[in-house]
Amino acid sequence: MLTAEHQEPLTIEAFLEQESGKELLRFSTAGSVDDGKSTLIGRLLYDARGIYEDQLASIQKSKVNRSSGPIDFSLLTDGLRAEREQGITIDVAYRYFSTPRRKFIIADTPGHEQYTRNMATGASTAAVAIVLVDARNGVLPQTRRHATISSLLGIPRIILAVNKMDLMDYSQQVFDGICSDFLAFAGKMGFEEILPIPMSALEGENVARRATKIPWYDGPALLEHLESVPVTGGRVSGELRFPVQYVIRPDQYFRGYAGQISSGTVRKGDTVMALPSGKTSRIASIVTFDGELDAASAPMSVTLTLEDERDISRGDMIVHPDALPAAARQFTADLVWMVEDPLSHGRNLLLKHTSQQVSVRVTSIESRLNIQTMERKPAPLLELNDIGEVQIEAARPVFFDSYRENRLTGAFILIDPISNTTVAAGMIQRAVEQQRRFEHVTAEERQARNGHKPAVLALRDESLALRLERRLFDHACQVVALDGAQGLDALMAAGLLVIVPEAESARTIDLNALPLPVSGEAAVDAIMAYLEQQGILQSDRFSAGEGI
Amino acid sequence: MSSLSHLQALEAESIHILREVVAEFAKPVMLYSIGKDSSVMLRLAQKAFHPGKIPFPLLHVDTTYKFGEMIEFRDWYPKSIGAELHVHTNWEARKAGANPIALGTSKCCGLLKTRALLDGLAAGGYDAAFGGARRDEEKSRAKERIYSFRDQYGQWDPKNQRPELWNLYNSRVDKGQSIRVFPLSNWTEIDVWHYIHMENIPVVPLYFAKPRPMIVRGESLIPPEHNVIPLLPGEKAEMVMCRMRSLGCTPCTGAIRSEADSVPKIIEELLRFRRSERENRVIDHDQEGSMEIKKREGYF
Ligand SMILES: Nc1nc2c(ncn2[C@@H]2O[C@H](COP(=O)(O)OP(=O)(O)OP(=O)(O)O)[C@@H](O)[C@H]2O)c(=O)[nH]1
Ligand SMILES: [Mg+2]
Repeated sequence: MLTAEHQEPLTIEAFLEQESGKELLRFSTAGSVDDGKSTLIGRLLYDARGIYEDQLASIQKSKVNRSSGPIDFSLLTDGLRAEREQGITIDVAYRYFSTPRRKFIIADTPGHEQYTRNMATGASTAAVAIVLVDARNGVLPQTRRHATISSLLGIPRIILAVNKMDLMDYSQQVFDGICSDFLAFAGKMGFEEILPIPMSALEGENVARRATKIPWYDGPALLEHLESVPVTGGRVSGELRFPVQYVIRPDQYFRGYAGQISSGTVRKGDTVMALPSGKTSRIASIVTFDGELDAASAPMSVTLTLEDERDISRGDMIVHPDALPAAARQFTADLVWMVEDPLSHGRNLLLKHTSQQVSVRVTSIESRLNIQTMERKPAPLLELNDIGEVQIEAARPVFFDSYRENRLTGAFILIDPISNTTVAAGMIQRAVEQQRRFEHVTAEERQARNGHKPAVLALRDESLALRLERRLFDHACQVVALDGAQGLDALMAAGLLVIVPEAESARTIDLNALPLPVSGEAAVDAIMAYLEQQGILQSDRFSAGEGI
Repeated sequence: MSSLSHLQALEAESIHILREVVAEFAKPVMLYSIGKDSSVMLRLAQKAFHPGKIPFPLLHVDTTYKFGEMIEFRDWYPKSIGAELHVHTNWEARKAGANPIALGTSKCCGLLKTRALLDGLAAGGYDAAFGGARRDEEKSRAKERIYSFRDQYGQWDPKNQRPELWNLYNSRVDKGQSIRVFPLSNWTEIDVWHYIHMENIPVVPLYFAKPRPMIVRGESLIPPEHNVIPLLPGEKAEMVMCRMRSLGCTPCTGAIRSEADSVPKIIEELLRFRRSERENRVIDHDQEGSMEIKKREGYF
């Protein structure tokens, strides 16, 4: 059944050659209970020679066979006794197989509503989701829930597998009907691609080979598509994000920050900033067991050393100062609630995000998704398996990107501090601007800092004026003796930093032109870093983030 | 993103896991089983904390039925890379004569492996234990989380596992509870050998084919070491060209006929293999779902 191309290489040279070019694709299954997910994966493994003879023999011997064929393929992934007894998948099974082109990691997830949390577990790392629909039943509420979770989790591409076509005489009309029902709601969810494939997991039609019984369909079979679809998990911004996991300090001479690069590239010599301190330094070395590197990119695990001693610890993030993440204590997020005990606002929980843990409070539940109508409506609670939007307030600022931009720095889990269970998966949308309004620094505040009132003093004798200027300056007064300078020139001569709305001359540093984060505090941090980089702010005490 | 080879991607993921555990737990330990997976895990630990030392001890649960060559390797290799090794044995059961023939494999495993493991973990006060198990080894392992929560009795509840999303692992445990951590979860058997080849990692010589004395019984090759398996009339050990595909206790680990005497040859052999690596392990087969039962009780 497999083409010559599917033969594995038989010599070590051919193997190494083939492996070096192989990419890794992670995909997951989704869909309502009994739609045939496990059967499909079993069939795919069987046809792609991803199972061993003794494993096959053991399922052939098994007392259970719920399928109408000689082999119940679902038993290949339903590995728990309870699953075999109840005939349903309870938890994700991870399976592995490879073809000459790719390595695959499959997460076969449960369709049963009770185990939605396990579906989310399998889907969180997938680059592609196969959403199954039983051709007899069409789109069900659980199909919508799983499609929604797949979209919230940022899976860019999905395959709509219309399964059990054998039971519907491989009817094109049935297939078209289901596709249009599905596209009617999923078309608006922002997937980059939705590819519908009619198939029969039981008969292997359109699984590892093209169907012979579906003449009206001329698209790819499932495996063919999985071998060519892009492998990236989608929407990962290119900016450097390096959450510090662990500080390696074998002796007093070495201090390295160990972590896995979430996104972007870091190079030796780069100026970097550590958050939350806002202190900048340069990358002295990128250390690995296999030697130092000049550059490293996501998703490598490396150890960074800096040119200056900096107080950096686990939970901090190393970034480029011209591409800062958002920093905020309050933000909105999409949430999948995963435990019986419902979520109400005001609940205190632990947030785990990149390498940090922080206490948070869910300050409000903004909306809850109704899976029947697909509408988002205000709700007092989020119950088991509900999907909703919430506002969260953290005990200290969290450094993040929106989940849409970065699947790693935008993701978090919530943990109940009493039961220790993971209660929710969250995807950050955006920072909520804090209530504090910024007004002009007042004359009184300036007076308090300067130790004198403002005044304009007229003195015709120039040498006396300069003498007076020196004396006042030595007394730490903010003073300038002007000889005819006007307007901004006069203020510059006074040594002040002057902020104006628009660039007034070539001499003005135009901050309007900088790429700035959306969050206000983070934007100020970015400007502070920029001024430091430009040599305008020289001392460490001006470093960004000081105010936090 | 995708410029890393899949082995490099697996390596990066495993290193991330090792570091998370060391950063978040008070007293981690690595279960060292001497086999190929342990060798790989050890190399990954060296990489994760370089230029520092591996910041946790290794624990070997010795059933006393291991191959002599395994023990030799155990006493040499970890020390040679500066790792600290502890050995724990359930001497009480062993002295009472526990062996797989007298007790049956599942009871023997329960005492010499599971009980010994739980006691060894409790004695060290360890709150997290790394294991080299891979999801592709066995159907109940395919259901494991990377962080596998265990209650006060070391038990696994497969129907009620914590959700585990992205690379965010929930490390919260109460006193007495613990987490088993599987950094090699996503590696396959061939990935492990491929990595051993690329990295030149030392493994126990039992993996390489050479003529060895074996009791030939039907398809099975039973190592005579330790004299646990009673010989049938007329049976005696004969020299057979063979190797071990996975390592365990001598009475319960069969050898396979093979000419593969080097890592590249083992990889070539695996490419042709159509049978799973645990096939020669008695413990997985003595009952339907037997690995799951052992795991629920606290086995790795
Ligand atoms: N006729 C036919 N039956 C199928 C097909 N695919 C699956 N089935 C049957 O549908 C039933 C459910 O299959 P499973 O693979 O367990 O379904 P699932 O989606 O994995 O179910 P959960 O994981 O519990 O959500 C079994 O009896 C299968 O044999 C198909 O293509 N045609
Ligand atoms: Mg299933």
